[in-house]
Amino acid sequence: MSSASLSLSRDDRPILIAALFILVILVAGTVYTFARFGSAPLLSPTYLLQQLQIGAFLGIVAAGMMMVILIAQIDLSVPWTLAAAAMMATSIGGPLAIPVGLGVGLLVGLVNGIGIAYLRVPSMIFTLGVNAVMRGLMVAHTGGYAPQTGATDLMRMLAGDRTLGIPNAVFVWIAMSVLVTIILQRTTLGRYVYAIGNKEAAAYLAGVDTRRITVICFVLCGLAAALAGVLLAGYSTKAYQGMGDAYLLPSIAAVVIGGTNILGGRGRYLGTLIGVVLIVLLNSVLSIMDMPEAGRQVIYGLVIIFMLLVYGRGERVTS
Amino acid sequence: MLDDVAIRIRQNVGIVTAVLLFSILYLLYNLAHPKGFSSAVLVQNGDEIFALAMLAMAQTVPVLASGLDLSVGAVMTMVGCFASYLLAGAAGGAPLHLDIFGLHVGLGTFPGGLSGILLGIVICLATGALAGFVNGCVVVYGRIQPIIATLATGAVYIGIALFLRPTPGGKIDEDLNWALTNSLGDFASTVHIFDDGAASWFAPVAWIPVPFVLLILIALLVWVPFRRSVLGRTVYAVGSAEGAAYMSGLPIERAKIAAFTLAGFFAGCGGLFLAIQTSSGNADIPQAGAYTLNSIASVVIGGTSLLGGTGSAIGSIFGAMVLRVISFFFRIFDIAPLLQPLFEGLILLGAVSIGALGVLRVKNTLELFR
Repeated sequence: MSSASLSLSRDDRPILIAALFILVILVAGTVYTFARFGSAPLLSPTYLLQQLQIGAFLGIVAAGMMMVILIAQIDLSVPWTLAAAAMMATSIGGPLAIPVGLGVGLLVGLVNGIGIAYLRVPSMIFTLGVNAVMRGLMVAHTGGYAPQTGATDLMRMLAGDRTLGIPNAVFVWIAMSVLVTIILQRTTLGRYVYAIGNKEAAAYLAGVDTRRITVICFVLCGLAAALAGVLLAGYSTKAYQGMGDAYLLPSIAAVVIGGTNILGGRGRYLGTLIGVVLIVLLNSVLSIMDMPEAGRQVIYGLVIIFMLLVYGRGERVTS
Repeated sequence: MLDDVAIRIRQNVGIVTAVLLFSILYLLYNLAHPKGFSSAVLVQNGDEIFALAMLAMAQTVPVLASGLDLSVGAVMTMVGCFASYLLAGAAGGAPLHLDIFGLHVGLGTFPGGLSGILLGIVICLATGALAGFVNGCVVVYGRIQPIIATLATGAVYIGIALFLRPTPGGKIDEDLNWALTNSLGDFASTVHIFDDGAASWFAPVAWIPVPFVLLILIALLVWVPFRRSVLGRTVYAVGSAEGAAYMSGLPIERAKIAAFTLAGFFAGCGGLFLAIQTSSGNADIPQAGAYTLNSIASVVIGGTSLLGGTGSAIGSIFGAMVLRVISFFFRIFDIAPLLQPLFEGLILLGAVSIGALGVLRVKNTLELFR
């Protein structure tokens, strides 16, 4: 038995523990609802599918965030990239809505990437500035109010409707997941991403154009945030101010809970997927329990610390 | 002698740039302001600068040890919420109670009057330092990366703040508010020293705003001694080469805990002042986030490297002042409020990009990947 757990690789252990923790959340929530209401809504397929639909937006953002965390950077411009993509998509409307929304994400990612890869500004501060600029542009564009324009039918269909009983947003999330998994595991780009995260200088000396790869990662992250924005606008039928604010820290938390090293170079996409499900379920169980916002924040923080204490500890500095 | 000065300036080019930038911007601001160079304008600016300047100092210490503290805004908010209970200053004292899980627990009466206020201030600052100490312990003994550890503890602190103040409220003693957010003359007349501030020798300094005096006192009495201590120097050493610091036998674990504790203390000072200034406690999550992010921006503008090892909390104070003066300009030049966030972002991006243009002169590409 112990040999089985020992043979788990360093990257798989967090994923297994996080998955077990999801079961713990489900069981604890079900015990609670059974004791209080005499029913077990948490285990019904309808409820779980609805949670997946809500989780899809966070999942897509987290997939992009993982690409930049793997190269030891971070993207703080996600909130207003997401909002800007949603606002531009709804205000353009028509068949061009989605391409324009994604174009916003691509452009933001390109600016981020150039500033960080070529000007070597720390990503923490550069993406912060880009976030402020995007916020400024959108406030100037909308006048500070929620834009009156609505989402197009295609956006609503992609985010809100269901096919064969499964929300379409989940299919988009699955497609995104397959794409990221293939990039990370089956392409040279993926190899380079891990190499840069481990030691950029070594990757450079090995002949990798590390700056180009960095730009690509930020573009992917911007595209993912924009896609989530377009979908979220479709789900809530319109764009609104601050719609991306609730996605920045949870997406980072999901990536890290999934076992990806915040210093880059290590981590599997499956972990990020599990991390997203964990956060979404935790949130929904806490809301079923009528937990006030104060308690939610405390539990949320304690869970992150607890998970990292179990498997995310760094090594002692000895030389 | 002159060479000496030149070398010093070259070593501290970041701080010097921030000081020059602030001086020029602030001079222009006062020239353009109808009531420029007056005590009233200075007092108002001091009140607006203080909290961010404290958070910038708070952020600097962990950054010097190549960590990052994403909980400074949360600690500030939490301490502010504590202050809104402890600094009411009612003559007969204020009853405290705790409502938790439907239970109502009385905690006795918190003393009123001057002694109560002083005790309240000490408790508030100790709370901030304790929060920072917890951060340090999670980072050092939990061996969790600072950025993610403080992200999590920040959520906990915001939770505590929300628990204390689900809706904005509370009360701060009016005299305390008046004494600390005005000029030294008003301070003296409120606490009845120096003939109520009318002493003739006191007149030349009576115009100085109290927040600036507090800022200078905290910098001189807390930051400078810390920087010169073994722990302070170890913080710098950890930031530039942790392995080398360890091999040299420096107390790196204690230094890291001290860095986060000091950050919590500074953030607590900021929260305390913000509560006194607004006369209430408010568990405002977006505000906490904005203060955290602006503290990082201030640190960078103030010439401290995010990689750690070089920089100073004094530089960060000027970084914070530069950020704030930029927003003062919007009031003067009547820029449409809708365009202000855009200008703020563009100026921040422009500043860091111009600072980064040095990379174009680097001949050996390998030097870029530090």
